[in-house]
Amino acid sequence: MRTRTRSRGKPAAAAAAGSAARFRPRLPRLDGLRGRLVITVVVVALISAVTATGLAYQESRDAVLKRAQSAAVEDFRNRVDRLAAELDVPTDPRTMARFASDVSSGLRGSLVVAQYRDYTASSDPSADRTRITPELRAAVRTQSRISLQRVQHGGKPWLVLGAPVGLDSAGPRGSAGRLSGVEVFAVVSLAEEARDTADLVRSVQSGLVPVLLLSAVLALLAARTVLRPVRRLARATRRLATGELTIRVEEKGRDELAELAHTFNETAGALEHSVGELRAQEALARRFVADVSHELRTPLAAMTMVSSVLEEDADQLTPDAAHAARTVSAETARLARLVDDLIEISRFDARAVALTVHEVDLAEAVRGTLAARGWTDRVEADLPPGIRARLDRRRLDVIVANLVGNALRHGAPPVTVTVRAADGQLTLAVADHGPGLAPEAAPHVFDRFYKADSARTRSEGSGLGMAIALENARLHGGTIELAPPAPDVGAVFVLRLPHRTESAS
Amino acid sequence: MPHVLLIEDDTSVRDGMELVLRRHGHEVDAVGTGEAGLELLSRPRAGGIEIAVVDLMLPGIDGFEVCRRIRGRGQLPIIMLTSRGDDLDVVSGLEAGADDYVVKPITGRVLEARIRAALRRAGPVARTDTDDFAGLVIDRAGLSVTKHGTPVPLPPTELRLLLELSAAPGRVFSREQLLTSVWEHDFLGDSRLVDAAVGRLRAKLEDLPAKPRYIQTVRGFGYRFGPV
Repeated sequence: MRTRTRSRGKPAAAAAAGSAARFRPRLPRLDGLRGRLVITVVVVALISAVTATGLAYQESRDAVLKRAQSAAVEDFRNRVDRLAAELDVPTDPRTMARFASDVSSGLRGSLVVAQYRDYTASSDPSADRTRITPELRAAVRTQSRISLQRVQHGGKPWLVLGAPVGLDSAGPRGSAGRLSGVEVFAVVSLAEEARDTADLVRSVQSGLVPVLLLSAVLALLAARTVLRPVRRLARATRRLATGELTIRVEEKGRDELAELAHTFNETAGALEHSVGELRAQEALARRFVADVSHELRTPLAAMTMVSSVLEEDADQLTPDAAHAARTVSAETARLARLVDDLIEISRFDARAVALTVHEVDLAEAVRGTLAARGWTDRVEADLPPGIRARLDRRRLDVIVANLVGNALRHGAPPVTVTVRAADGQLTLAVADHGPGLAPEAAPHVFDRFYKADSARTRSEGSGLGMAIALENARLHGGTIELAPPAPDVGAVFVLRLPHRTESAS
Repeated sequence: MPHVLLIEDDTSVRDGMELVLRRHGHEVDAVGTGEAGLELLSRPRAGGIEIAVVDLMLPGIDGFEVCRRIRGRGQLPIIMLTSRGDDLDVVSGLEAGADDYVVKPITGRVLEARIRAALRRAGPVARTDTDDFAGLVIDRAGLSVTKHGTPVPLPPTELRLLLELSAAPGRVFSREQLLTSVWEHDFLGDSRLVDAAVGRLRAKLEDLPAKPRYIQTVRGFGYRFGPV
């Protein structure tokens, strides 16, 4: 049972791990399209919510205050009007104190202060009277109507009312008639109203967070609908860039994104068409080179045969004929070599080459290359024994022969070959002691038919040797580089190959 | 001097090669098709022919088929002549039983050297003893191989390779060593020559060519005979 669960669980876990690796949870980046969209929507929602609730708050707060105010004014006026009738002027402090506390008892226990000339009576003598500001006092003195002022005191809002007390209750409404000289002030608390409006603010505030969250969610949803085609397009573009020219995207709807998808498909189609044409042309050109080279081989085979006969008999010919015979023989050999190299290059171009890999002793292989070409005396070889690697020996021979041949031909002696193995890499350096390559020649040294020495347009080589050497190195997963110029040495070419051995492979 | 059968369809190449071979003292029978070459070999007086040089691309039956048919009837050394030199052609040629291959164009001197080397391989080997390796009997004097009493006909190169390997059972030979001693090639000869010949030998000697008993591969080094 356990094994069964395990065997079932494992692939699932592996698949999950695989898909997790492929679809790495990506946090919305703030500078991405999605992040920007979400931020914009949330900010817009915030601004509109704050503005709307701000305006509503203002309005309702004003309405609440106005109602409270007018109620207070009404109460105050009625109270004062009723009690003013019992007031005699000039009055005495006792009457005034009673007057103040009478007014106060009708106004939900507000602080009431009555003032007559220099004398002041208060419903609550201990209360702070600074809430009645000098401006209000001045206003009461100059105006016969009820004056009022909102003040903040001790962190709380208060409504302060003030009115001169008239003797004539029968006076017109709002006016105190004949003045008694008594001024009465009432300090009414607005704390309840403030609490109401504060409650309003709080409920608005607590409503704001869900609204913003909701807008963020909506923005994300909107971003998804917009971004999904964009992302699909991006994916398709990436695949197009990697050479998958048949890729197309779905053109859905009639919006700008659909238009973009349409344009993408058109572009991909055009690209596919022209790349296909180019490839066909290239393949034709390659086939042509390969065919021509192959066709040249047969006549060259005959010529090589016959010209070797001519050359052997050259001694018995007249000097001119002997020269002609030797020239024909030499040029035929060159042509044969050029054709061989052309065929080799066209094979590389057609990717029709394969490695035949065996474990090879590097020192032995390099020595073999030098010996086979009679170069042993002309080349100093630094070949540590015992370096073995899995290589195609024939192709290694081509590389070494081309590098050393190039050094012997274009550089100056001594030519040295150095082999090293370190850090999983084989390096083979071929150095000569000539003047080195001209800086303008260095980047082209691996180009086909590039001749570094333009005066010597007809050198021994085919002009393809270095290109072939590089292709062979690449086939092994390696490179050939021209080392940077150094004093006391000429050109130094370094072949680097991955060091694969039997046990490692 | 050796009598050479040359099968080459291109007239100029055929004439050039014939000219060169004759100058080196060979007797040459030059034909343009594989059919003509095989017909020549089947004639009673064809015993004089000692080596065949066969072009791969021929009208009618191609060089591979010619090679297979020659192998089917005897041990004549075969040098395959190819203008293609693609890896596939070389390998196919060797597997069809060619002892060597040369890629055109080739100079007269090189062709002559290759012919001489192939003929040397076909010549007698100066060792005189008979070894019995678990039923595989190698008669070094009579140059014959029998397995459980049944003769195993081997072309010269394969015989020489077997003699070389079995002379020192248990010793590991690198491909390069075998190329030098059996094919008399410098290392520029292809190690695929060795691999192909070993493959053909195994097909003839081993009970299970996929699990060889006699000729074993030593990974990274080469081949070894036995221990059986």
